[in-house]
Amino acid sequence: MARISKKKPAARARKGAGTKKRTSRAQPVVVLVATRKGAWLYHGDAARKTWRTDGPHFLGHIVNHLVLDPRDKRTLLAAAKTGHLGPTVFRSTDFGRTWKEAARPPAFPKAPEGGKGRSVDHTFWLTPAHANEPNVWYAGTSPQGLFRTEDGGATWEPFSSVNDDPQYRVWMGSVQDGTPDGPKMHSIIVDPRDPAHLYFAMSGGGLHETLDAGQTWTPLVQGMEVVEGFDASVITFHDPHCVRMCPSNPDRLYQQNHCGIYRLDRPSKEWTRIGKKMPKRVGDIGFPMVVHPRDDDTAWVFPMDGRTVWPRTSPEGLPSAYVTRNGGKTWQRLDAGLPQNQAWWTVKRQAMTADAQDPVGLYFGTTSGDLWMSRDEGQKWTPLARHLPEIYAVEAADMR
Amino acid sequence: MKVLIPTPLRSYTRQREVDASGATIGEMLAELEQRYPGLRFRMIDEQDRMRRHIRFFVNGEQVFDMGRPLRPSDEVHIVQALSGG
Repeated sequence: MARISKKKPAARARKGAGTKKRTSRAQPVVVLVATRKGAWLYHGDAARKTWRTDGPHFLGHIVNHLVLDPRDKRTLLAAAKTGHLGPTVFRSTDFGRTWKEAARPPAFPKAPEGGKGRSVDHTFWLTPAHANEPNVWYAGTSPQGLFRTEDGGATWEPFSSVNDDPQYRVWMGSVQDGTPDGPKMHSIIVDPRDPAHLYFAMSGGGLHETLDAGQTWTPLVQGMEVVEGFDASVITFHDPHCVRMCPSNPDRLYQQNHCGIYRLDRPSKEWTRIGKKMPKRVGDIGFPMVVHPRDDDTAWVFPMDGRTVWPRTSPEGLPSAYVTRNGGKTWQRLDAGLPQNQAWWTVKRQAMTADAQDPVGLYFGTTSGDLWMSRDEGQKWTPLARHLPEIYAVEAADMR
Repeated sequence: MKVLIPTPLRSYTRQREVDASGATIGEMLAELEQRYPGLRFRMIDEQDRMRRHIRFFVNGEQVFDMGRPLRPSDEVHIVQALSGG
């Protein structure tokens, strides 16, 4: 198990500096963990061996996403609610020392008299906008809505081009068409080459792209399969679980879908199901999708049991990540260090991520509240924290 | 009027009981929102509906209507429903 301390960071840094071998890319890492009952930050040294725990933040709050702003490496946004209280967004500009609540959290417009308006149940996903757009963030909600802030998260405006568009409302379906705890808008992706080029995904409701900063949107579902017996030409039936863009090649996207694992190489508009090469007894169903920061042929998934009634557990109680090193032509099992029997947890769509170190560090949080890490791209796993509440999201940030 | 605040909302008011004004539940909440920004949205959604697990009682009687009239002598209890999870 990784060493956990509650000492001051400066003291640990001094200790670590003289004893740890560092690669040229080594730098401190922070892992942000959002759970059903609060949020935690784990500050790691450059070797990723000694960790300081900071938390809980918002104890008792359902925190769906906790994200650090890569543009200043200091600002945090947390999407939170409680079982009883409505949703909100908290913002910290001092790395979690103090928090301030949004003055206007994501919310749908009030319906005209007699109309039936929608209400945000929770903000599910947060994405910082382009590097050249400081203080701009995007949010995806449940029920599905897309929102944007230009003041760092204090006030949020809805995207009417999606939220109120009659066609999109059909594609989103009703609350009953989503996941058991509500339909989700997620995987909001910003092209690092062009702030007006965005993607988002809906569970369910497909994947969509804009080239004009959200004025117009186009579905991007060709090649994606749907549940047997349904018509794949109907956007509503498409259920992407998690979509990631490769940092080293923004023209390459990977996707974990309700119906398999896919890759898309733009400008093509047709997804290729690369999950067919996964072992048959494991299948290619799951939630998270993780891409390598420097190698667009490398990606990781964490399969789950999607048979019969969808147990949403590790297949056969044997959890494992899988990696492809060749864009999905072949996959290798990565389970060293993980339980070898009777482990029935799984990993949610936001709960697995990578840092940018060399070798890449991987992190995932389980539905049973354990946080795991690997310092060697998944060759060996070790627990970073145990006995947390159910983990909803894990993000990693390199701090130099 | 006197308004009793449940524990989950005391991070806003910092006190168990506050004095408020307003001729209706809706006006009373608007007045509280002025003093405690963010408080109202945690209880009332963007369609002006009371959230599913929030309850309002006036002088011991549960009320569901934001337009319910209030008098200065009334006592309002805001409670979170006794629901698990």
